[in-house]
Amino acid sequence: MTVLSTETLPVVSESDIVNVRRSVRESAARLGFSLVDQTKVVTAASELARNTLIHGKGGQMELITLNGPRTGLRLSFQDRGPGIADIQLALRDGFTTGSGLGLGLGGAKRLVNEFEINSRVGEGTTITVTRWK
Amino acid sequence: MATTTLNQNATLGSIIQQHRETILTEWLREMSGAIRRSDLMKESELRSECSQFLDLLADATRAGVSSQSAGHEPLRDMLGDLSRTRAQKGFTPRETALFVFSLKRPLFTAIRETYGNDARVMGDEIWGTTELLDSLGLYTTESYLKSREEVIRRQQEDMLELSTPVVKLWEGILALPLIGTLDSARTQVVMESLLEAIVQTNSRVAIIDITGVPTVDTVVAQHLLKTVTAARLMGADCIISGVRPQIAQTIVHLGINLLDVTTKATLSDAFGLALQRSGITFVRQQKKEPKSEV
Amino acid sequence: MEKIPILRMGEFLLVTIQVDMHDRLAMTLQDDLTNRISQTGAKGVLIDISSLEIVDSFIGRMLGNIASMSRVLDAETVVVGMQPAVAITLVELGMSLTGVRTALNVDAGMELLRNSIDAQKDFLYDSPVH
Repeated sequence: MTVLSTETLPVVSESDIVNVRRSVRESAARLGFSLVDQTKVVTAASELARNTLIHGKGGQMELITLNGPRTGLRLSFQDRGPGIADIQLALRDGFTTGSGLGLGLGGAKRLVNEFEINSRVGEGTTITVTRWK
Repeated sequence: MATTTLNQNATLGSIIQQHRETILTEWLREMSGAIRRSDLMKESELRSECSQFLDLLADATRAGVSSQSAGHEPLRDMLGDLSRTRAQKGFTPRETALFVFSLKRPLFTAIRETYGNDARVMGDEIWGTTELLDSLGLYTTESYLKSREEVIRRQQEDMLELSTPVVKLWEGILALPLIGTLDSARTQVVMESLLEAIVQTNSRVAIIDITGVPTVDTVVAQHLLKTVTAARLMGADCIISGVRPQIAQTIVHLGINLLDVTTKATLSDAFGLALQRSGITFVRQQKKEPKSEV
Repeated sequence: MEKIPILRMGEFLLVTIQVDMHDRLAMTLQDDLTNRISQTGAKGVLIDISSLEIVDSFIGRMLGNIASMSRVLDAETVVVGMQPAVAITLVELGMSLTGVRTALNVDAGMELLRNSIDAQKDFLYDSPVH
């Protein structure tokens, strides 16, 4: 896998979530993603960034562009927050009823091609997602 | 004198320079017969291709660096273009690869002349040259494959587009007659074209006709549901028509919830409903009674 | 701090969202709208999202909240102009925004609002008990 570029963005404030959306959009557009795919990956990034900020107490996102043999975008959200005790539960949709609960991870997972989550209670969480062109 | 591969390729560059004309002539001669394809390429074109390649090869090897490095980029770029244009002209990948491989014999002849007496150095030099030309020949095949894949991909896209025509039945009413099997990729394209058409034509009703779809399994049903939901989010309603009894059974069997979605047996029924929802009524004109002459 | 303008058009309020909102701006809009509805006694709210290229779960919830709160204040909400890519993504995300009425554009949205308000009026005037 050839890494074209890596960029790290802080995710510690609300305006950072907007920055994340903008950077992911720019990268996806530059890689030539279709409009629908761009929208999906940017929306996933928004969900995960908010998750990092609110549940992870702040962290960062690594934005990696891949180009060989496949073209794609990899996003890695890392925080040193409380961690997720029950990952399976977190992946289940809890917010579609509009109750505001649930971590939005299940939805984000459906918007990407690859989804990897590592979390330890008391240590933090790393969520890495990949969207191929 | 011990020589390393680096040095060997450096001398290859100077060998090419020294014996350039002879190598070029013999190379062209090697390419007569099956791979020459004079029907696809003129003598003068081939000659300039070979000259260009030889010069770039000499430059790259004179720099004396490994074939993967930046110094070989102009050479690889030229080969990539060559491979593509030849593919377009109709050359097979084998013919294009042989373009590179047929340079071996003239080069080995030149190397033998330079190192005739020193078997060991000559052996090393020939090995280095063979390695380099093998990798370059393989590169042409890779480039060929890449460009073929690109063509196939584009043709697939075109086919998908052609097989999902969206039809305007009336002001504000669209129909999407689906024909054939629906797989995941196709359904995505279908979804997107329908939704785009809804926006562009300002249509509030879209009829998805599945008369021509042989089987509806959970995956297809889910995709249809997603399309209907997405259209609703945009402000348009969908009606699914052409639901045959077998499909109705399958849907119930699979426990798919279509309660939210309106379905009709025929496209014509669906159209009638769409008109009704749009507040449109058709009135049959009364035929005027012919006046009788008095 | 920037605010999203709320226009008054007769009995309706019109909001056009054109920027990529950060969360706080979205919450502010929610508050502002509910205040304006009760201040003006508006019967309908039109939210034009035709320029929004991203609607994530937060914005989706905001739209749902606005619809619910307006209803409590006796006003109908219609969200108009959702882009196809956004609609497809929302569905994949799992949000169907039940309870939020939608229309293709502002005109269609106004028509929808007027029809539903007229229907309410008919009900009021037709019922035997005044």
